[in-house]
Amino acid sequence: MADYGQIDSVTIAPELPARAPEPVAERGESLFARHVSEFMRAPGAVGGLVVLVALVLTAVFAPWIAPQNPYDLSQLDIMDNVLKPGEKLGSGITAWLGTDDQGRDMLSAIIYGLRISLAVGASSVLIACAIGASIGVLAAYAGGRVESVVMRIVDLQLSFPAILVALVLLAVFGRGVDKVVLALVIVQWAYYARTVRGSALVEKRREYIEAARCLALPKPRVVFRHLLPNCLPPLIVVATVQVGHAIALESTLSFLGVGVPVTEPSLGMLIAHGYNYLLSGKYWISTFPGVALVIAIVAINLVGDRLRDVLNPRLAR
Amino acid sequence: MLVYLIRRIGQSLLVVAVMATLVFLAMYAVGDPVDILASPDADEFERRAIAQRLGLDRPLWEQFGIFVWNALHGDLGRSFVYNVPAVDVILQRLPATLELALAGLVFSILIGIPLGVLAGLKPNSLIGRSVMSGSILGFSLPNFWIGLMLILLFAVELRWLPAGGRGPTTSVLGLHFALFTWDGLKHLLLPALTLALYKSALVIRIAQAGTREVMLQDYIRFARAKGLSSRRIVLVHVLKNILIPVVTVLGLELGSMIAFAVVTETVFAYPGMGKLLIDSINRLDRPIIVAYLMLTVVIFVIINLIVDLLYAAIDPRVRLSEAKG
Amino acid sequence: MKQGIRRLALVAMPFAALAAAPAAAQELRIGLASEPTSMDPHFHNLGPNNALRKHIFEGLVTQDAEQKIRPELASSWRTLDDTTWEFKLRPNVKFSNGMDFTARDAIYTVCRVPTVENSPSSFTVATRGIVGMEAPDPHTLIIKTASPQPLLPNSMATLGILSAQANGAENVRFRAGGCEGLGTPPKSVEFNEPAKAIGTGPYKLANYTRGTHIVLERNETYWGQKPHWQKVTFRPMSSQGARVAGLLAGDVDLIENPPIQDFERIKGAGFEIAEGLSNRIIYIHLDQFNDPNWKTPGVKGTDGKNPFLDKRVRQAVSKAINRQAIVERIMGGHAVPAGELLPYPLFGATKDFPVEKYDPEGAKKLLAEAGYPNGFEVTLGTPNDRYINDEKIAQAVAQMLTRVGIKTNVDAMTASTFFTRRNKFEFSMYLAGWGADTGEMSNSMNALVVTLQPDKGLGGTNRGRYSNKQVDELVLKAMATVNDEAREKLLQEASKLAMSDYGIIPLHFEVTPWAFKKGLSYKPRVDQYTLATEVAPSGS
Repeated sequence: MADYGQIDSVTIAPELPARAPEPVAERGESLFARHVSEFMRAPGAVGGLVVLVALVLTAVFAPWIAPQNPYDLSQLDIMDNVLKPGEKLGSGITAWLGTDDQGRDMLSAIIYGLRISLAVGASSVLIACAIGASIGVLAAYAGGRVESVVMRIVDLQLSFPAILVALVLLAVFGRGVDKVVLALVIVQWAYYARTVRGSALVEKRREYIEAARCLALPKPRVVFRHLLPNCLPPLIVVATVQVGHAIALESTLSFLGVGVPVTEPSLGMLIAHGYNYLLSGKYWISTFPGVALVIAIVAINLVGDRLRDVLNPRLAR
Repeated sequence: MLVYLIRRIGQSLLVVAVMATLVFLAMYAVGDPVDILASPDADEFERRAIAQRLGLDRPLWEQFGIFVWNALHGDLGRSFVYNVPAVDVILQRLPATLELALAGLVFSILIGIPLGVLAGLKPNSLIGRSVMSGSILGFSLPNFWIGLMLILLFAVELRWLPAGGRGPTTSVLGLHFALFTWDGLKHLLLPALTLALYKSALVIRIAQAGTREVMLQDYIRFARAKGLSSRRIVLVHVLKNILIPVVTVLGLELGSMIAFAVVTETVFAYPGMGKLLIDSINRLDRPIIVAYLMLTVVIFVIINLIVDLLYAAIDPRVRLSEAKG
Repeated sequence: MKQGIRRLALVAMPFAALAAAPAAAQELRIGLASEPTSMDPHFHNLGPNNALRKHIFEGLVTQDAEQKIRPELASSWRTLDDTTWEFKLRPNVKFSNGMDFTARDAIYTVCRVPTVENSPSSFTVATRGIVGMEAPDPHTLIIKTASPQPLLPNSMATLGILSAQANGAENVRFRAGGCEGLGTPPKSVEFNEPAKAIGTGPYKLANYTRGTHIVLERNETYWGQKPHWQKVTFRPMSSQGARVAGLLAGDVDLIENPPIQDFERIKGAGFEIAEGLSNRIIYIHLDQFNDPNWKTPGVKGTDGKNPFLDKRVRQAVSKAINRQAIVERIMGGHAVPAGELLPYPLFGATKDFPVEKYDPEGAKKLLAEAGYPNGFEVTLGTPNDRYINDEKIAQAVAQMLTRVGIKTNVDAMTASTFFTRRNKFEFSMYLAGWGADTGEMSNSMNALVVTLQPDKGLGGTNRGRYSNKQVDELVLKAMATVNDEAREKLLQEASKLAMSDYGIIPLHFEVTPWAFKKGLSYKPRVDQYTLATEVAPSGS
């Protein structure tokens, strides 16, 4: 069972070098360029990146791409409901992927649903990352009692399954996109705190921090201008993978009926709507949004997986 | 060690107490159970009487006090809906969920280890790479959707397996299990497979990494040099070495699997604890929700405690005096 | 199909020709949509509990499939004056443990009801008005009420009679506010034991395992016509899919509430479906609270005014809704468009009561007349797991209202949250349903349109706070009129008045389906109960 919130230490453990170490990059090549060329070496990851960019563009430009605005009720007609893929709506549009029980064109609903899913995933990760990273780096810098209390809370939070915590939170909050994001932030911040604190502990002992301290730079400046940027690579890896997890978690919550509102369905809610029709052979309502969801998550994970290999300093290169 | 033990147990108790308070307050905020329980034509008089009977008319702190007092006596309240102790209702559903979680574990081992070892032995072959890519898919596929697709394929199209529910049970030691009948197994297959998906991806990763590590060890080279068949090398040496991490990780995951069964049980309408939780949230049966969450908290705290103690016992690097982060 | 479900569709409607006669099996297995919460007949006033209760415990009177009152343990009854009733009880009736049934048992039952502990929804609703009970002889029962209660027989129909003797209360005497000689009334859990669940009904409890099954055995000493099935097993199967799968696999013989979208599959597999009109109306309530300090919560674009106080707006809402389309597209034809709150032929309903015609142009015109030519915005609250397709109906209604200019958002939530919020008046417009338990109009009218006055027990579910003095007067008068004919007239008049004032917007009546294997038949009941006694091998 996927605990979408959690990245197991095992899964991010460095893989053993599969091939002989790559030749050292030529002098003068920037670290970034080296990472890019390193990334491009994996065709799967490049494919994932291309798909991901395409999906994001589709989501951003949804109003111009989708045949119908599925959230505008005056464009829907209940007489069009549960049409098979390829049938025509009353308004003359062809529903290439069929319609759902409210007469929504599935293709349009998927495009708009993707928009919500990606937005929820990305925004919850950004917020959780900002909060978690700040807490983590501050804890590492402060050390002592503060650190051990913070890390105790982090451990505690991580020991509970994200889905269960989010479920209970949303049962209390009620439905709404903002509430889903809030719940996702609450279940996610601890990962970033732990990740950042781990690398910050290492960085803290480095000379440049010592130097910064000796110069008597103000504490916040040391923490946020010097310490934090150097903890970024692992953070980027965790955040990328977490976007995929957040999207999966959101769709699961919506499927369970505690996620987004019904008139603005995300992919998960579209799947849930189709669930009732599945047994009677009307497969398209559940299947197509599911395929879209899976493509999005797999693309994100392929990219994240490769980023991990590229950015993980523990890998011998 | 004793000081550490006492300290850890104290921390665990604190966690349970904090969670109890949070859970109780959260449930208090959700809604008014009287609205759900009262017969639709109950008037205000009747509604007040219901609130009084269930103790809902008392101030919050008093309700909480009663809850704490009873909880300390091992009583987590009576279900509003069934009028029996909430713990009893949950325990009645426990065998179904345990059965599901165990079947899921077995599946994840049966799928994960052979594939993982295969990928570990031939890391650069097509098979090895496909398996590893496949494991990414395993991490990515949302569990509920996989469940739906399995239903679509095996129940709707092929009609080989039932679409949901639990098969007939037989009574073993007073508990009802569906494991021992053919029909029961048929009902268990799809949900267990769904539940196992993510874990098998995990097992593949561990097994692959472990296998690659082992294959580079000197004793494997010796074994090869001695002329042992690769079959024997894999079955004895490799398996022995990867089993420990696999079992450790899966042991840790058993608790989470029971909790995650919430989704799988909902998809397959499987009458376990997870389904009970969702139903109880819908019916606002507060005592059951609170009891379920408290049981989960206790289970997780105990698992964590055991793990920490084991680590402390095994790994001398863990500084006992200082509670590890 | 659609034409089939009309007023007279209260009779079974098997879809396929009846084939071979059933095998001689004397066991019937039923898949229940929701499990009774207790075996105690007085614990929880809830459909599944009451349906099960009818197998084991009988009432003085009973309601038939159309909720008409029929004799059961009482063979006849009459009013001596407006507040005094005399019931003549059937002689020679024995409880399943062999004890005699007498008037004392009825008194004991009324006395025991208020003593049930932790009842989530108590039967005191039925016993509260009773101020005196006497038994001049063992088979005559006199009941006195505080005020005229024409519905006393309906109340008595909800109470399963317990044995006073079996519970050690031979000398029970009725006293208002606490009976004498009651002994120690049994606790609810005790009824889980077959030996304790003693009634006069056609079946006896044989085994009860919560969540797994309830097994009944035929009561061989039953006074009335003995039921066909020797053994009946109820299996709770709350998931629709599992219930259908169970039926198709032959695990059960009959299931409650098969999902509409599965009808074709069920019939295709050689099973039959019977369906009948229910007493449940699906309606929309509009916030009509007329108070200077009240700002309706879910309306935007009206400068703070509550548009629903204007009758023209309410009428526009009603005209904008295409009830036929909802019934056809969302309910798959398995519902009946409604013009008032109770379907004919139930008591107080009018034959051929007109259903509002779909007229979007007329609706726009009315909105313009009312000063909203550009419409306004409103949020429609709805539960999403309470009534058949509730959330989908709400979304369809939102589409239709948006078309005429009332931009409608749907706020769907689980029933528990919905009812909590509705009871706090958090919606300007909400969709809900009402099943008239008593099967007559005063119940629906009192619940939904009489002015909300909690202290008097009036208008309890009128959370749109519609208030019309004339309607109130007519309903209250009806509720105190013991003469049936006069009462029905008053109720019909009240209903007509409330509907023409658009105090509430009725949508449709639910139709309750049952699915079963070939060779059985089931007579659908308005109260949606599933009774094994009503399942017959076809042809018999």
